[in-house]
Amino acid sequence: MAQKRVLMKGNEVIAEAAIRAGCRNYFGYPITPQTEVMHYMAKKMVQIGGNFVQAESEVAAINMVYGAASAGFRVMTSSSSPGISLKQEGISYIAGAELPAVVVNIVRAGPGLGGILPAQGDYFQATKGGGHGDYRNIVIAPASVQELYELTVEAFNLADKYRNLVMILGDGTLGQMMEPVAFRDEEPVETYDKPWACNGRGYNADGKLTREHNTVTSIYIDPDVLEVKNRELQDKYEIIKKNEVRYEAFGLEDAEIVITAFSTCSRISKNVIRQAAEMGIKVGMIRPITLWPFPEDIIRETAARSNVKAFLDVELNAGQMIEDVKLAVNGQKPVYFHGRLGGNLPTQKEILDKIVAIHEGGKV
Amino acid sequence: MIDFSIILAGFGGQGILSAGKFAAEAALYEGKEVSWFPSYGPEMRGGTANCSVVISDEPIGSPVVNDADVVICCNQPSMEKFESSIKPGGYLIVDTGMIKIKATRTDINVIEIDASGIADEFGAMAYGPISMLGCLSKATGCFSRDSFEKSLYEVLPERRHKMIPGNLAAFDKGAAEVK
Amino acid sequence: MAIVFEKTEGLTGKPFHYCPGCTHGIVHRMIAESMVEMGILGSTVGVASVGCSYNSYEYFNCDMVQAAHGRAPAVATGIKRNLKDKMVFTYQGDGDLASIGCAEIIHAAARGEKICVFFINNAVYGMTSGQMAPTTLLGQVTTTSPFGRDASYQGYPINVAELLSNLTGAAYVERVTMTDTKNIVNAKKAIQKAFKVQEAGLGFAFVEFLSTCPTNWGKAPLDAMEWLKEKMLPQYPLGCFKGGDLTVAQLDEIIASKKAEEVKA
Repeated sequence: MAQKRVLMKGNEVIAEAAIRAGCRNYFGYPITPQTEVMHYMAKKMVQIGGNFVQAESEVAAINMVYGAASAGFRVMTSSSSPGISLKQEGISYIAGAELPAVVVNIVRAGPGLGGILPAQGDYFQATKGGGHGDYRNIVIAPASVQELYELTVEAFNLADKYRNLVMILGDGTLGQMMEPVAFRDEEPVETYDKPWACNGRGYNADGKLTREHNTVTSIYIDPDVLEVKNRELQDKYEIIKKNEVRYEAFGLEDAEIVITAFSTCSRISKNVIRQAAEMGIKVGMIRPITLWPFPEDIIRETAARSNVKAFLDVELNAGQMIEDVKLAVNGQKPVYFHGRLGGNLPTQKEILDKIVAIHEGGKV
Repeated sequence: MIDFSIILAGFGGQGILSAGKFAAEAALYEGKEVSWFPSYGPEMRGGTANCSVVISDEPIGSPVVNDADVVICCNQPSMEKFESSIKPGGYLIVDTGMIKIKATRTDINVIEIDASGIADEFGAMAYGPISMLGCLSKATGCFSRDSFEKSLYEVLPERRHKMIPGNLAAFDKGAAEVK
Repeated sequence: MAIVFEKTEGLTGKPFHYCPGCTHGIVHRMIAESMVEMGILGSTVGVASVGCSYNSYEYFNCDMVQAAHGRAPAVATGIKRNLKDKMVFTYQGDGDLASIGCAEIIHAAARGEKICVFFINNAVYGMTSGQMAPTTLLGQVTTTSPFGRDASYQGYPINVAELLSNLTGAAYVERVTMTDTKNIVNAKKAIQKAFKVQEAGLGFAFVEFLSTCPTNWGKAPLDAMEWLKEKMLPQYPLGCFKGGDLTVAQLDEIIASKKAEEVKA
């Protein structure tokens, strides 16, 4: 049963969703534009007997996440781009030690200190690794406050299910905006046994220890052992690729042009699609919800459709997801691009102009 | 109504962001889709503040407003910045107590109201933008007075309910300015 | 025949990889014995760090988490905040704790995290082959201070125990060494006191162990012990810098009353 819709800020909804998913650990360091996640947690965690620590740095925060996850507890941290760069050390270790954790990145414009306005310039960092080594994070890109809620709950389930880090990739728009959200009476929280957790060996009634000692580690000095470990990770990633691709698609059956866009850009593009329809131009959309695993099959299949003449990829960067779109399209159709940088958002008119130009013969 | 968009702008601390939230809450009370998006960052610190509110019968595309149906201006810099962002046929609601320049566009409807005067009369700055919500409601019908009232009772904590009659009075005063 | 000495259950039995004469082995054994003697092996989670002791997670027979370089106090914070009734310790060297992990150790102490930190100070980076550490002595030759540490060029050593003892959140701070039997006995007492401070919930407990690194110092084990006494002790005096007035009897009393309260609750 869904409850009555309430108006809430995206950042606060992330925090509320985490708590509803059973997360009782938040470790963070302040950075704009995601501080409301932290403010919400600072209050709520104390009220419900959870753990909130304002860490000395993002580096420390992600390592507190590592600790809490090692002990078998649901845990989250949140930050924005420069802070996520600092967390990459811990993110790599979490991948190596196969710990479940949720990391939120409310992306702002970079590089460097950049600016604080919305951007999607961290797509590469989020989907291709970010830290050192051969690993993947599950990356989820919600497009509304309602989705932020539902997908954050889901992120905790996925993290536990695969013993993998799940990143929620939002941007300043999504974090700062208020929208109605309808909470469920009961959350679909899935619980998984964690026999690997380091929470003390414990004693039986006879005083004997209950089990052998557990270890959580990412170090494997022997190359043969490490290779096996890496193969196991890759096998796991293949299973995730098979099971967990999520996307939204519409209008593909008669679209002449297909927009690929995620999160904020997909919302702006939806308005444009309506405007284009009024002008008699049929535009469809594929919106990846998981950026990794990437919905390559639907893009490849769509590219093969005879009605589809071209793709238009819209992003808040200089063209990052477009590389994955092009790999999936694999040369079957042209892929055009529209992006804004520095924290600016594309206007509907800019995107519509691009569509009209593609429609009139690809002179873009 | 599809993507009816409002920009509210003024000084930080004037109650602009809250007024935007109240507008969104009132429309939400009517079962509409709504979004509220604030300007954020360094400009918040003692400078200008603005927010965009979108009200729609359908899922909202962008919460970011480039071309607004209505712009509510509570100071002169906002007027200079946002007058050009109004769709032809749209509305500009101006606080004449704060803004001494006149609107230059002729293809829009201009509503002038001494909102800061109303704020002085009611004894708090926040009543100014609330009176302008009265203009907004009366002129465009994007939400009703009734929804505004009922949403206030729903959204505000009990301890603040005593402020509601004052807010409604300011709202009504604003609505009365719309001929 | 009576057994008078045996391997402790506190260690897994995996052979140490430490160099001959290295004092890591002694400290490992003392911590492991303490966990068994205090009956906390089953309720302790240790955090290994990066440096020569990176592999200690395979030696200690309690649950062990391996942390990134310098981050052990942050990892321990994440564990302890969840396992409030368990014991959590970190085991860190001087490069890990006093250089790259400076922020983590200072803030864990300042927050008064109820953890034990066991700090091995041998004035040099061991694992990466003998570089200068924050605790390297003035004049000491290392692979990155080949002409001896020069204060005007490389600054001064950090006295970590003294530094941390200035923080209100630190409840117990002591520096010990393992140069002879008497000192070894004292060091083990310090370990047990640190665990008791944690169990009593008094705050952050820190023990610094002045240690030898014969390999990277280029000395035979016994000569290394002599060098420690002669060179390190003047820079790093032994003693209790915080919580010296706390007796074991007092700690036991606090722990007992805490347990009684828990039973009541």
